[in-house]
Amino acid sequence: MKKKRLIIRTVILAVLLCAVGYTLYAQFFADKQKVSVGDKAPDFILRDVNGETHQLSDYKGKGVFLNFWGTWCKPCKQEMPAMEKQYASYKKQGVEILAVNVAETNIAVEQFAKQYELSFPILMDKDSQVLGAYGIDPLPTTFLIDKNGKIVDSFIGGLEESKIKEYMEEIKP
Amino acid sequence: MKHVKCECGHVNPHGTILCEACGKPIAEETTDKLVDMRYEGSARRSQTYNKTVIDKIWNFFSSVKVGIWIIIVTLVASAVGTIYPQEAYIPPNVTADEYYQKEYGWTGELYYKLGFHHLYESWWYLLLIAALGMSLVICSLDRVVPLYRALKKQSVTKHPNFLKRQRLYSTSSSWTDQDYEHVKSMLKKRRYSIREENGNLLAEKGRFSRWGPYVNHIGLIIFLLGAMLRFVPGMYIDEVLWIREGETKVIPGTNGEYFLKNHRFTVEMYDKDSENAVFQEAIDRAGNNKVAKKYEADVSLYKREGKLIPGADPKLKKIKDSEIRVNQPLKFEGYAMYQVDFKLNEFSSMSFHLTDKNANRNVGSLTVDLHNPKETYDLKNGYKVKLMSYFPDFFFDDEGNPNTKTRVPNNPAFVFKMITPQHKKGEVAFVGIRENLEPLGNNDYKMTFAGVETKNVTGLTVRRDYTLWFLGIGGAIFMIGVIQGMYWNHRRMWIQKVNNEIWLAAHTNKNWYGLKKELNGLLESTSLTQLKDQNDKETK
Repeated sequence: MKKKRLIIRTVILAVLLCAVGYTLYAQFFADKQKVSVGDKAPDFILRDVNGETHQLSDYKGKGVFLNFWGTWCKPCKQEMPAMEKQYASYKKQGVEILAVNVAETNIAVEQFAKQYELSFPILMDKDSQVLGAYGIDPLPTTFLIDKNGKIVDSFIGGLEESKIKEYMEEIKP
Repeated sequence: MKHVKCECGHVNPHGTILCEACGKPIAEETTDKLVDMRYEGSARRSQTYNKTVIDKIWNFFSSVKVGIWIIIVTLVASAVGTIYPQEAYIPPNVTADEYYQKEYGWTGELYYKLGFHHLYESWWYLLLIAALGMSLVICSLDRVVPLYRALKKQSVTKHPNFLKRQRLYSTSSSWTDQDYEHVKSMLKKRRYSIREENGNLLAEKGRFSRWGPYVNHIGLIIFLLGAMLRFVPGMYIDEVLWIREGETKVIPGTNGEYFLKNHRFTVEMYDKDSENAVFQEAIDRAGNNKVAKKYEADVSLYKREGKLIPGADPKLKKIKDSEIRVNQPLKFEGYAMYQVDFKLNEFSSMSFHLTDKNANRNVGSLTVDLHNPKETYDLKNGYKVKLMSYFPDFFFDDEGNPNTKTRVPNNPAFVFKMITPQHKKGEVAFVGIRENLEPLGNNDYKMTFAGVETKNVTGLTVRRDYTLWFLGIGGAIFMIGVIQGMYWNHRRMWIQKVNNEIWLAAHTNKNWYGLKKELNGLLESTSLTQLKDQNDKETK
């Protein structure tokens, strides 16, 4: 009788605590990003500045450094030259950089690419579909995708060159 | 813990105050005070067992006193959250730490520092609500089970001590069997259910009213559950979508499934001349043609066909054309799109003439689409204009270079290269609003501003709320519980032969006046003594 009572109380309290715990977790700790580390990276097709089409799934077997950016965003500007520098050495090792520009004009992007001498493909997300699919809020945001198309890491904010290198090592096939 | 056996033979759980069957007070007191009928004198278990940690937590939440304190604290906190606007409702172009301080002074700053600007999302507010929920569940369980037991197990024959100490009570020494039968039939007529045992009688009605508070609590718990479900992905969507006239955009929150095209956005303002004179003052106060009277967007809804790959040009199938007005949302598939905001006259294109400065003659003109500018504009006859740089939201950055703040064309500026038969290599001009610079020396040609086209932008919210059902059903059950408990009374009357007398006693959970009036009405034509309110005697 006493045992039964204790069990019932424990079960009810546990159920209540689970509900509360879940709510707190969902509100404060759960990844608010749509796409999180460990997920398969959502596929997309985008044209680059030169009009060529790129599909993420075509990069299977390579590591992909997926960066979302805009010309007006300061940290984006700061990290771009470092990305370009690392790209030069990691391209041969099978790492590709895809820099997705968020709904800007070709002129602005071309000019930017010229100014910073960027050689990696810059994809134009004209109607922000990919931005939505990845649930990007602040720019820049970077996703690190391994050769199997799995997201192994992500970062919100501007990246230091050493950090970029670290990430490149991580996703190198 | 030992069970307690009453002299009537019924075995009661430990902690019982009045025997569940005969109503005899368990703790033998020699007192004339009325019995405490709360929860039928049943054993509220929390009050008795206090052993393990689990029991201690349980007992804490089982206390009504604790529950009421939780309600008070929650109420006060909720009220504090309404003193200044919450963070979600401050203007979007200021940061919270500036806004509260600037707008409300040091109290605003304190408000912000203490985190009241996002009170309803704070962890401690959530915990308060959670504690309220736990208190509700545990308080209810701890009371409803013993109460149910006591009401179910009550026997017809009560201990005289129980009867004597009821609030409505009388004894009669002379009566006839007809009197008894008369009262019994009258009680039946008044929809009392009647049980008899050895010439004793228990009449009872409206017992279900006792469950009202617990039904009410079930409703509340369903309501809280609905509120909790908002945190489950997919249950609640609240997104914002801005679309310019002519644009087609994917609707956020629909996983790239639906698209919306904004054909036209129109707005009507309150105009002093066309409105009734009584509104003149109000219009003057806000400014003539400053207050929106009606605004609407003509839109088309599309659905993507085929497999979804973000970024790929979607194949769209039109679902319907619609207008979205305030309070008249576009609804589809559980989604609703509401008209909430607008931005008028955003620049969409700018026109320029290419002018020969010396001859003061226009040699051609061009229009730049500010959302998708071309690189080269061929004006024929050897005249050409190249767009070298474009800054949609122009400003000079820290290093003194022209730059853009955002991608929205709020303040567009351009660097043009003007190629003319005289200058095959081109002359460079920097053109912005009220700016026309020649950074590389004097030019023979210039770009003259010829006009601007604007478009309106509509601000919509996208909503889908599957938790509404929970809130609605929870709320309905809540009300049913309230009505059940408020509009019915649980009334009981005991008629018992004690020695050579007949004892009458009655109890209700509310409306004693009504009970007394009802029962004494029945007794009027009999020789039985009218019921007396023993409380009256006590107060005298």
